[in-house]
Amino acid sequence: MNMRHRHNSAIRCALSFLALFFCAAAAAAPVSSTNIFAPASTPARTIVGLSHFVIAVTAVIFAVVASLLVYSVVKFRARATDAGREPAQVYGSTQIELAWTVIPVLIIIVLFLATARIIHAIQDAPKPAAALDVTVIGHQFWWEFRYPKLGIVTANELHIPVSDPAHPTPTFLKLLSADTDHSFWVPELGGKTDLIPNRVNEMWLDPERPGIYLGQCAQYCGTQHGKMLLRVSVDRPADFAAWVSAQQQAAVQDPKVLAGKHVFETTSCINCHSISGTAANGRFGPDLAHLMSRSTLASGAAENTPANLRLWIQNPDAIKPGSLMPAMKLSDGDLDAVTAYLETLR
Amino acid sequence: MSTNVSAIETPQSAAPAWTETLHEWVTTVDHKRLGILYILYGLGFLVMAGIEALIIRIQLMHAHSSFVSPQVFNRMFTMHGTTMIFFVVMPILFGFANYLVPLMIGARDMAFPRLNAFSFWLTALGGLLLYFSFLGGNGLYGAGNAPDVGWWAYAPLGAKAFSPGHSTGYWTIALLVSGFGSVGTAINIIATVLCMRCPGMHLGRMPLLAWLNFVMSGMVLIAITPLTAAQMMLLVDRYLGGHFFDTQAGGSATLWMHFFWIFGHPEVYILVIPAFAFMSEIIPVFSRKPIFGYPVMVGATVGIGFISMSVWAHHMFTVGMNSYANSFFAITTMAVGVPTGIKIFNWLGTMWGGRIQFKTPMLFSIGFLFQFLIAGLTGIIQSSVPVDWQLSLSYFVVAHFHYVIVGGILFAVFAAFYYWYPKFTGRMFSERLGKWHFWLFVIGFHMTFDVMHVPGILGMPRRIYTYEPRPGWETLNLIVTIGAFIQAAAILLFVYNLVVSYWKGAKAGNDPWDAWTLEWSVSSPPPAYNFATIPVVASRRPLWDQKHPEDPDSRYE
Repeated sequence: MNMRHRHNSAIRCALSFLALFFCAAAAAAPVSSTNIFAPASTPARTIVGLSHFVIAVTAVIFAVVASLLVYSVVKFRARATDAGREPAQVYGSTQIELAWTVIPVLIIIVLFLATARIIHAIQDAPKPAAALDVTVIGHQFWWEFRYPKLGIVTANELHIPVSDPAHPTPTFLKLLSADTDHSFWVPELGGKTDLIPNRVNEMWLDPERPGIYLGQCAQYCGTQHGKMLLRVSVDRPADFAAWVSAQQQAAVQDPKVLAGKHVFETTSCINCHSISGTAANGRFGPDLAHLMSRSTLASGAAENTPANLRLWIQNPDAIKPGSLMPAMKLSDGDLDAVTAYLETLR
Repeated sequence: MSTNVSAIETPQSAAPAWTETLHEWVTTVDHKRLGILYILYGLGFLVMAGIEALIIRIQLMHAHSSFVSPQVFNRMFTMHGTTMIFFVVMPILFGFANYLVPLMIGARDMAFPRLNAFSFWLTALGGLLLYFSFLGGNGLYGAGNAPDVGWWAYAPLGAKAFSPGHSTGYWTIALLVSGFGSVGTAINIIATVLCMRCPGMHLGRMPLLAWLNFVMSGMVLIAITPLTAAQMMLLVDRYLGGHFFDTQAGGSATLWMHFFWIFGHPEVYILVIPAFAFMSEIIPVFSRKPIFGYPVMVGATVGIGFISMSVWAHHMFTVGMNSYANSFFAITTMAVGVPTGIKIFNWLGTMWGGRIQFKTPMLFSIGFLFQFLIAGLTGIIQSSVPVDWQLSLSYFVVAHFHYVIVGGILFAVFAAFYYWYPKFTGRMFSERLGKWHFWLFVIGFHMTFDVMHVPGILGMPRRIYTYEPRPGWETLNLIVTIGAFIQAAAILLFVYNLVVSYWKGAKAGNDPWDAWTLEWSVSSPPPAYNFATIPVVASRRPLWDQKHPEDPDSRYE
């Protein structure tokens, strides 16, 4: 992001501050903004509708009560002409008390009914036969995505198809955790749901248009909670089909990088990572069979460039201090070889 | 301080040696001295937790900041939250309750003075244990290892597998021990209120401050219990090989959440009800009218006490409860807004038609009303479950509860400090510095916490040690940080005012505010055992009756 762009958005943000507060919805941003008022999926859109209603009701209450407060402060301030006399001593009024009890009760009944309706609509939505199943497993500090019916395992970057309202193909996420609590949150696509060990949670998304949607872990999960980022790539049906068939291929076996493959297979890398067609079948770390199909490393902490990949292998703490991947203390030659090998895994 | 707050008569007139003074304070069982110890102890920890907050804010000023490491950042927000709740706000509120409840009900001390001292020292030990973790968290092999599991220590992050060493153990025991202290004080307040009222003061004539602290104490007895149970279970998990919350061996993470929040949400009301108590005493005096709807205020408080026991899982809307449970906790959460709203309306009713004097305590009270209104309304917004699926765990929530705790409770505490300072010390504070403190703090507060809602709306989760430069995040966080430093400056001004006025302030006299409750009938500071002869009251405002014999309250109640 260049400086000019950053300043523009700063000004925009400052200007939209009040608007956000009393909530005119922010216009849908062209790039992913992680703004909850820029929905691109039914759950997120429904929530925006409910938010407008709730914010409108509370804004009216605020306006009424705050005006009464300001009025009393101005109107009933002590004046020099009071000459120290005390005002009329009023002890209360049953009618007034009754009024300001009953009115709030009526307001919360309305708010509750509106809320319960949306809870039901989102949480109890039926699952269509055409829905895509993805199992999301939270790890310290990365995301594992498994597509049980497609035989795909990937990490940190979730690919799902656009859902056409005429023929909906929503994605139903089954949320699990391998260690501590996490929370899946991509604001433009829906609210967040936690991933809790020993528990199965569910949520669904039906993105309206293709694009990259950003989010991150929202439940504090340990040292690197801050860099447990999420990327959701919403693909057109044809692009999604292409991505699926590419992911279903076995890992590339390029004879030019046999040295690197040997280093990989003879260090502890294989205890945590998997690459199909090799000895590596660990599950603590991300599956690397198609590492180069991902645009980021370390759960979004760095761009997936050869330099970053080498640095990440050499010293993970340089990119993500406190990440659970150990530095293997490889020689420079081994590092180059492993990096070259991993770069062939398209 | 000791020479002015002389609770123990000494026969010789010469000033006692400092060791004697220290000995008197450490061994005191006097409710006024214990009250002041609580308050000073809370202020000490306020400085610590404030420094932690500033470290957090410096780190978040820019994207990709490396001012502190993620490990240090995580310790800072854990210690900031734990300290502020358990070792700043609770002790200060207990301190005021200790000092004021016996005075206001015409008693000579609390019902159990020695239990009172014991409770204070337990709480003090809890705070010291928590901070000792900075040295001993790693078993003394490496310093700097304070708890880093967040102030809720969600399972299984608090389990030995994810939190090795002893830092979480110190956190657990600190809360356990201070919890015993809180229970002791709560029992004491309940017994005092029920048994020690002066003749004529039946429950319907008791000052609201005593009433509200009575309700708060009942809530402490109910809410601290599950916390204590959960901490014991966590200790069993960590040190005796138990599996209550150990998910790797079939334990339940959500069980911990339920235990923690069935304590944690009533705790919010345990903190805010004493703040309501301050408001219910201060607003009438500076509006020159009695509290509007006294019986309704009592009823609403009891109502809050009951309803707030049934709202805890609104902290857990994202953990995957079914739609019926989510709906239940939505309606209870909205319902607790009704008695809370009634209280705000009654304070407005008290001001309505009054002659409002804008002294520093009243300024802070008006700030409280305005900010607590907003805090309540953003709470209602989040009680709408689907909206909370977006806002929960984001900076919107952080802004919301700081609005409650700083904008509401802390403003009320400042009002209480300025209102009762003359009674505690016998000196007036500087009104000019008090107003500076108010306006500076209001500016800093709104800069920080109004703006902080927006990053949450823009998708920024809480408890992240650094962030990507997403649109708007950096500018907003910079403004928030600047506001935090303005608040810190205002607090320094406040402390300076308290300290300097203690020696330089004008003599206060018994009753500088022309107030109506019993504490203003005795000297400032009050003599040992408060009342030479136990007063007899005929109405809720005994001093009004005394000052207006032609038109006493007792005629109307």
